[in-house]
Amino acid sequence: METNELNAWFGSFQAIKNVSMKIRGNLTTAIIGPSGCGKSTLIRCLNRMHEVTPKARAKGRVLLDGEDIYSRDVDPVEIRRKVGMVFQKPNPFPTMSVFDNVAFGLRANGIRDEEFITKQVERSLRQAALWKEVEDNLDGCGAGISGGQQQRLCIARALAIEPEVVLMDEPCSALDPIATSKIEDLIFDLKERYTVIIVTHNMQQAARVADYTAFMYLGELIEYSKTKRIFENPEEELTEKYITGRFG
Amino acid sequence: MIYGNLKVRKLKDRLAYAIALLCVFAAAAPLISILLDVLVKGLPQFSMEFFTSELPSPGTGEPGGIGPAMIGSMYVIMIGSAIGIPIGIFSGIYVSEYGNNWFGRSVRFLTEVLSGLPSIVVGIFAFLLLVLGLGGPTAYAGGFALSIIMVPVVSRSTEESLKLVPNTIREASLALGVPRWKTTLKVVLSHGRAGIITGVILSIARIAGESAPLLLTVGWSPFVQTSLSEPISTMPVLIYLYGTSPYENWINVAWGTSAFLVIFILSLSIGVRLLTRGRFAYSRL
Ligand SMILES: Nc1ncnc2c1ncn2[C@@H]1O[C@H](COP(=O)(O)OP(=O)(O)OP(=O)(O)O)[C@@H](O)[C@H]1O
Ligand SMILES: [Mg+2]
Repeated sequence: METNELNAWFGSFQAIKNVSMKIRGNLTTAIIGPSGCGKSTLIRCLNRMHEVTPKARAKGRVLLDGEDIYSRDVDPVEIRRKVGMVFQKPNPFPTMSVFDNVAFGLRANGIRDEEFITKQVERSLRQAALWKEVEDNLDGCGAGISGGQQQRLCIARALAIEPEVVLMDEPCSALDPIATSKIEDLIFDLKERYTVIIVTHNMQQAARVADYTAFMYLGELIEYSKTKRIFENPEEELTEKYITGRFG
Repeated sequence: MIYGNLKVRKLKDRLAYAIALLCVFAAAAPLISILLDVLVKGLPQFSMEFFTSELPSPGTGEPGGIGPAMIGSMYVIMIGSAIGIPIGIFSGIYVSEYGNNWFGRSVRFLTEVLSGLPSIVVGIFAFLLLVLGLGGPTAYAGGFALSIIMVPVVSRSTEESLKLVPNTIREASLALGVPRWKTTLKVVLSHGRAGIITGVILSIARIAGESAPLLLTVGWSPFVQTSLSEPISTMPVLIYLYGTSPYENWINVAWGTSAFLVIFILSLSIGVRLLTRGRFAYSRL
């Protein structure tokens, strides 16, 4: 996946300025930066969720498998099937059971084969490291499990439709250390099959899970390279200041 | 003395409280006395026969029943619901989910105007359009008039309950590559279901007692009608006609019908309150 001079606005406010970055397939990329710098906006541009917000628009090119997802003849619905998303706050469908939450994306996309759906649900829940905890409670309410479990449920839900890219917006911000480490293990496993892009405020987390790291500031991409490089020997002074906590 | 006399202040406080209490009684007293009056005079009329028999002949002393009027009321409520509920729900969905434009705002304004329209005006509209148009009063005309009253009630409650559905839920579905309309149907609606059902039931309660539009549109028939394109008897019209007649048995039937209507409408409203109480109410509906 690749962005090319991507710009995004909320009304007249420009939240993303000329971001061009090449995201490597089957690797994990972390996006870090201070609050409000445009991390969420950037990844929402990658599956055309940005434009769902009223008055929001984006300009530029975002290539997925060589095709510009912003070109006129592309249906955003198709893009969102290929580029899945996990939100900052767990948002399971509270009116649906655990099983139906995961099956929803398949069913709503026209899949009727219940046997396949059952298999896919189990597979996704296993991938999200949630299967053992909900195995006996698949008919329970999707909102009736703990916050950490809900977040993994949302991850399973995103994985069930087998996207190519998985976007995660601070998936651990509401979680305790144990749930966090489970999700980090999961992200580590995910890159075998998926390209993962994760937004995080936690620098250790970026260092632990990401192969590449991007640092953003005020809507601009300041630096983007191998995680090790960013953390050990950053090129930009801003990056270094941010990473060492001397930002101000 | 900046603060004034404490005793005087306390006295003023008491006085204000007493006046407020008095006003509450003044507001509640007529309501309670009407209810009591209707129930005391109406309940004794209830019997198996009352709900099943034909309407009584005037002044014969025979008790008679309200069978045809109950069935007629059922007709107009069902016709009204069949037209009003879908239109109301869809316009509510439109305004809440797709109405962030001038057309949506106009629809919303229109439903507001509609909900403030006096029901007699709705009645005269249906009269001019359907009674004159079709050559006489019919159940259809009555149902149509009631549907006009229903639409804004259902539409507003649908809109309000869908607006309560958090955006994060819509985004969750959209992000799975589910088209907008499917998201609305499968996620947003199931989330707002309790509120929509509440609105629908309350709108039925609202039209069950409507009399002005029916007086102008459905005419009267002492028999059970099997055709919807004929005049029919309905409970509100029965109360009007029989209650103002000089015959004692008719007046009694009018009381009984009033009691039945009041109980019917009250149980709908109370039932809705009970069903939608509590945090997880939507899982019960
Ligand atoms: N719905 C919106 N309407 C208007 N402006 C918005 C909206 N959402 C975000 N913004 C603005 O866009 C900029 C980028 O926001 P964004 O949510 O992408 O930041 P972020 O880097 O994800 O921050 P955080 O780390 O706090 O989540 C911010 O200045 C914010 O005020
Ligand atoms: Mg954010």
